[in-house]
Amino acid sequence: MISRHRTQQAAKIIIWVAALATLGVMFWILYQVLEEGLPLLRLEFLLDSPRQMGRTGGIFSTIVGTVALTAVAILIATPLGVGTAVFLREYTRESRISRVIRFGTDCLAGVPSIIFGLFGFVFFVIFLRMGWSILSGGLTLATMILPTIICTAEEAVKSVPYSFREVSYGLGATRWQTIRKVVLPNAFPGILTGVLLSVGRSVGETAAVILTAGSSFLMPDSIFSPIRTMAVHFYILAREGISMEMAYATGAALILLILAINAVANWLLFRHVHRG
Amino acid sequence: MNNRSKIFIDHFHFYYGKVQALKDLSLSISARQIFAVLGPARSGKTTLLKSMNRLADLIHGTSHTGKIYIDGREIHGEEMPLPELRRRVGMVFDLPTALPLSIFENIAYGPRLKGISERNRLGEMVEVSLKAAVLWDEVKDRLHSSALKLSGGQQQRLCIARMLALEPEIIMLDEPCSGLDPISTASIEKSLMSLKETYTILLVPHNIQQASRVADRVGFFLGGELIEEGPSEEIFTRPRMKKTEDYISGRFG
Repeated sequence: MISRHRTQQAAKIIIWVAALATLGVMFWILYQVLEEGLPLLRLEFLLDSPRQMGRTGGIFSTIVGTVALTAVAILIATPLGVGTAVFLREYTRESRISRVIRFGTDCLAGVPSIIFGLFGFVFFVIFLRMGWSILSGGLTLATMILPTIICTAEEAVKSVPYSFREVSYGLGATRWQTIRKVVLPNAFPGILTGVLLSVGRSVGETAAVILTAGSSFLMPDSIFSPIRTMAVHFYILAREGISMEMAYATGAALILLILAINAVANWLLFRHVHRG
Repeated sequence: MNNRSKIFIDHFHFYYGKVQALKDLSLSISARQIFAVLGPARSGKTTLLKSMNRLADLIHGTSHTGKIYIDGREIHGEEMPLPELRRRVGMVFDLPTALPLSIFENIAYGPRLKGISERNRLGEMVEVSLKAAVLWDEVKDRLHSSALKLSGGQQQRLCIARMLALEPEIIMLDEPCSGLDPISTASIEKSLMSLKETYTILLVPHNIQQASRVADRVGFFLGGELIEEGPSEEIFTRPRMKKTEDYISGRFG
């Protein structure tokens, strides 16, 4: 029989190895991309549009495309997802409707992104005649990230203590006042986490984006224009052997963008927690 | 029906699913007095309080029969909207629950729901309520810091102040002194005595001694049934029922 002390030691070692391996891989990838990409990152590169298929020039239009597409997806999916979560938690009990919604979101969460791309292409691009555009791509990404937002928002709403609701109702609040003044503010950190995960998925998505938003690197002038996101640009540069240097530089810019978004989110969270 | 009573409960039964928590309760309570709801654990005290402001109805699977009237108006009826009922019948829970907001915003929560948003008026209401709950002197310099930083006893008095800011007619306190030291308990009891000049008070006392100190009338509950009800001095000196006598003399509970 192995002694309790030995098991304890073994568990400790396994947990440390797992944590270090995860961190190691993450830092190695970051290091690889930033080491190759950062030396090429200059202000002109960020503010110039791609030339010669991306062989020279910059990535400005792809940054605009990435931000616009992600913003459209988040702005559509967040209210829908949070609304669904609140409906499931505050307006219905476990019922046929809530089971159908949960089953649906669970299924959607497991579908590969290329399938969403195909759906978006057939439905938004062709059937609704939106063409390859920020709108088609944004709607497609919104359907793709919706399950994540619903699921995290539902957990966040669920974690607000029942006693808070009881106090609010006891002070004469209606259901909507309770949701607006007590449930949503206290669920905000959890909701933000889900939105952030979704931003990450949207920014990094390629397959669904190529099929629905196109791959034009011209500067978009409305949400009906096609665009190329940074991730798609990176994919095309590397895949078609146009320029590995430019691909790495784009990758580095993409990583910095995601870091910046996370920093902003953390700042929002900090301000929220230290309010009042 | 007794027209002079503030609260009139008529053959009221309450169920959590199939479990009956209140059995055939009939009771009338007059205005401007302290009515103590006495009884051991699981005797239906909290259910009675939460039936008065219908918070018990929020729980899935509950049901009731019978009627409850406040000033002659049936509380389950169309003519008594829930927000109005809950503003008229303020409640303080046994566990102090401060909302994660500032002290000021906790108290202003109820008035704001009523549509009062004028800063001066709210400030005045906050001050009056905090003074009535004997908390003003301790917090007047930090009204805008988080209510969660207050101690347990302070949070309980905050809850009392928050309830008073509703300007209710009936106030219900479910063991308001359970987490308090003797000094805070004394100050709350003192404020209860002055509050009953204006309000009708339903109190689930912390213990039998507290009931005998502050209550005008006492109802003794056991297993969801009202065993006996009467003036405080009668219940404590010559109870009619054997069960009541056993309980107040400390034979069980």
